[in-house]
Amino acid sequence: MTALLPDVAEVTSSDASLRRFLHGLPGVDQVGAEARAAELATRSIKTTAKEFAIDLAITMVDLTTLEGQDTPGKVRALSAKAMRPDPADPTCPAVAAVCIYPDMVGVAKQTLGESGVRVASVATAFPSGRAAREIKLADTRNAVAAGADEIDMVIDRGAFLSGRYLEVYEEILAVREACARPDGSEAHLKVIFETGELQTFDNIRRISWLAMMAGAHFIKTSTGKVQPAATMPGTLVMLEAVRDFRDVTGTMVGVKPAGGIRASKEAIRYLVMVNEIAGADWLDPAWFRFGASTLLNDLLMQRTKMKTGHYTGPDYFTLD
Amino acid sequence: MADDTVVGSAATSTTRAMFDYAPAPESRSVVDIASSYGLFIDGEFTDPVDGRSFKTISPASEEVLAEVSEASERDVDLAVRAARNAHTKVWSKMSGRERSKYLFRIARIIQERSRELAVLESLDNGKPIRESRDVDVPLVAAYFFYYAGWADKLQYAGFGPDPRPLGVAGQVIPWNFPLLMLAWKIAPALAAGNTVVLKPAETTPLTSLLFAEICQQADLPPGVVNIVTGAGETGRAVVAHPDVDKVAFTGSTDVGRSIAQTVAGTTKSVTLELGGKAANIVFDDAPVDQAVEGIVNGIFFNQGHVCCAGSRLLVQESVAQDVLDRLKRRMATLRLGDPLDKNTDIGAINSAEQLAKIRSLSDVGEAEGAGRWSPACDLPQHGFWFPPTIFTGVSQAHRIAREEIFGPVLSVITFRTPAEAVEKANNTPFGLSAGVWTDKGSRILWMADRLRAGVVWANTFNKFDPTSPFGGYKESGYGREGGRHGLEAYLAK
Repeated sequence: MTALLPDVAEVTSSDASLRRFLHGLPGVDQVGAEARAAELATRSIKTTAKEFAIDLAITMVDLTTLEGQDTPGKVRALSAKAMRPDPADPTCPAVAAVCIYPDMVGVAKQTLGESGVRVASVATAFPSGRAAREIKLADTRNAVAAGADEIDMVIDRGAFLSGRYLEVYEEILAVREACARPDGSEAHLKVIFETGELQTFDNIRRISWLAMMAGAHFIKTSTGKVQPAATMPGTLVMLEAVRDFRDVTGTMVGVKPAGGIRASKEAIRYLVMVNEIAGADWLDPAWFRFGASTLLNDLLMQRTKMKTGHYTGPDYFTLD
Repeated sequence: MADDTVVGSAATSTTRAMFDYAPAPESRSVVDIASSYGLFIDGEFTDPVDGRSFKTISPASEEVLAEVSEASERDVDLAVRAARNAHTKVWSKMSGRERSKYLFRIARIIQERSRELAVLESLDNGKPIRESRDVDVPLVAAYFFYYAGWADKLQYAGFGPDPRPLGVAGQVIPWNFPLLMLAWKIAPALAAGNTVVLKPAETTPLTSLLFAEICQQADLPPGVVNIVTGAGETGRAVVAHPDVDKVAFTGSTDVGRSIAQTVAGTTKSVTLELGGKAANIVFDDAPVDQAVEGIVNGIFFNQGHVCCAGSRLLVQESVAQDVLDRLKRRMATLRLGDPLDKNTDIGAINSAEQLAKIRSLSDVGEAEGAGRWSPACDLPQHGFWFPPTIFTGVSQAHRIAREEIFGPVLSVITFRTPAEAVEKANNTPFGLSAGVWTDKGSRILWMADRLRAGVVWANTFNKFDPTSPFGGYKESGYGREGGRHGLEAYLAK
């Protein structure tokens, strides 16, 4: 598009100039954004299109367990599921990643080995992000050192909501640096906004641009610990942001809605939205993910239904 | 990207399988279309006196759907007599509470048979099932529910302590929203205690005839609703009939003008809802993605066959290029084709005649030097189709900026200041609707005060609600339909 390329160095030179830039982004009309998301949800995805969408959705799942009660056993089971979601059907693709707490990275890494399923670790005092900067960075470095391929950080929502944008920006930059490995490569950084706490669509658009300018590889809606988690209209605004960001900078950023997406039908609606808002380039696990746990079994059940023509019960799919 | 093993590159994505939506047609089997239909007079389907008929086709395939009776002057006379009789003997004597029961019953049957009505509307009219299912039919039910609620409260509507019905209403409706326009006409007329003779458009009679079946199903007393099908001659007979007390018309300004001449000097009261050339005004501080949706919805909804369509985009010069780029990208995702496919956004043009008019005005636009653009778009082999089209570099002097095209064709005009936007928006013989897109609430109110248009939408477009009055200034007609105001046209004070 014809929007001007932001000079990131200039925009981020002070809190005032970053604020001017973010508040100069076009507003989002809530009623209109919600209506657009609802309209896209009426697309009817059947037969071959549904098969395509279900398999694609499986490859996009970040299979997640983020509980205080997580154990190595639980994480090993989840990792096994991630590699072979449907043991009865070898044609079923693996998911994109398992998403876990930092102390479980080693266990997951060991189980997943060279399977191609990635290990994503939350970090930065997930889910609240209420800790000192050094602790957040140490949390990140620890997860990377343990072998995490991807880091899911949370932003400081308090700083954002009180208008300290530069602080949020600098923290993302610092975490991105902490994602570096000794060999020069880096873990990929997903930045969680917790849109349920930011609440307005204007805020979601602003934080999207802020995070992308700070070098996020992915922007992610939620931790899953706050309601509402991912919503269609919130994700729509983020998809518009990554589309516009590529138009002006040439850089593609991924999007990950997380939390609350449990049914195949909902996942397919998200894929329709990706297709029609951001474009087909984003229909790839490299650029779009679902943060979910129960979604996977519903996808598998629908997949089996498409192949065999009848539904089987939940007992025919593994609970891990 | 530092780590290619983790994140793929955009280049590889071009070889990936695309997300092609498989056909998702709504089933036609939910609706039974008879091979021929009579006229609905005095509660029964009757053959026309002189036995004439015409065919109604599906504009998407040109397939003949049914043979429909053509009502002559004598048939119209029978219908008006039936309506008069029903008015005198039954409907005007019935309490408002009893009338409302019938209207509520009709509204519920419409909801119960909504799928059938939606499929039939899309077949006969060519509009996408997504719109007939999600917009037209739900609104039809909503209008009946709304006016059902007024039937026993007329003395509180603000039109005097004891408002009386006018008598027999002659109503002529267009083909763009066949069933919805029927609801706009019949629901307030019946609520106020009138009986009606309604003539649907000749290209879209089928849902009116299905509505006649619904009246039977609801046990509506015979003669309260009469449906006479036919073309212009039939419509003239309805309007000119000496025993019609009230004429209500929605359609073109030319026909509206001749109706006004016909009824001049008689005691008939008239409401006319005519053409439009609405301005959809986008300021530089507008929520741009939603404004683009509003532009698309304003002109491509129902193939632009909307009297209040936002057919002129007035966009502030400082953001014109960005808005146009976004609009074009959005237009490329519109899906044109089979109206019964649930994923279709743009259906068929209603008739060969209308298609010819859209083509000829678009050719004029090109000849006058405006820049024409449509997204790459395969048009089906059969039926009547026109791709979504925009014209850029349009000035007030172009014919495409002045005349109603009534098709999916948008004229893009730029402005510099709010005052210029108002001046250009009002510089038209029409005045039905307008849209204003800005983040500034005070500017919306400032604009709304100055726009000479019956409806001004703020940060939205083409939104209808039974509680809201609708109607025009200048050559867009007179009288209001909808809301409490809509009752006034059917009441004697």
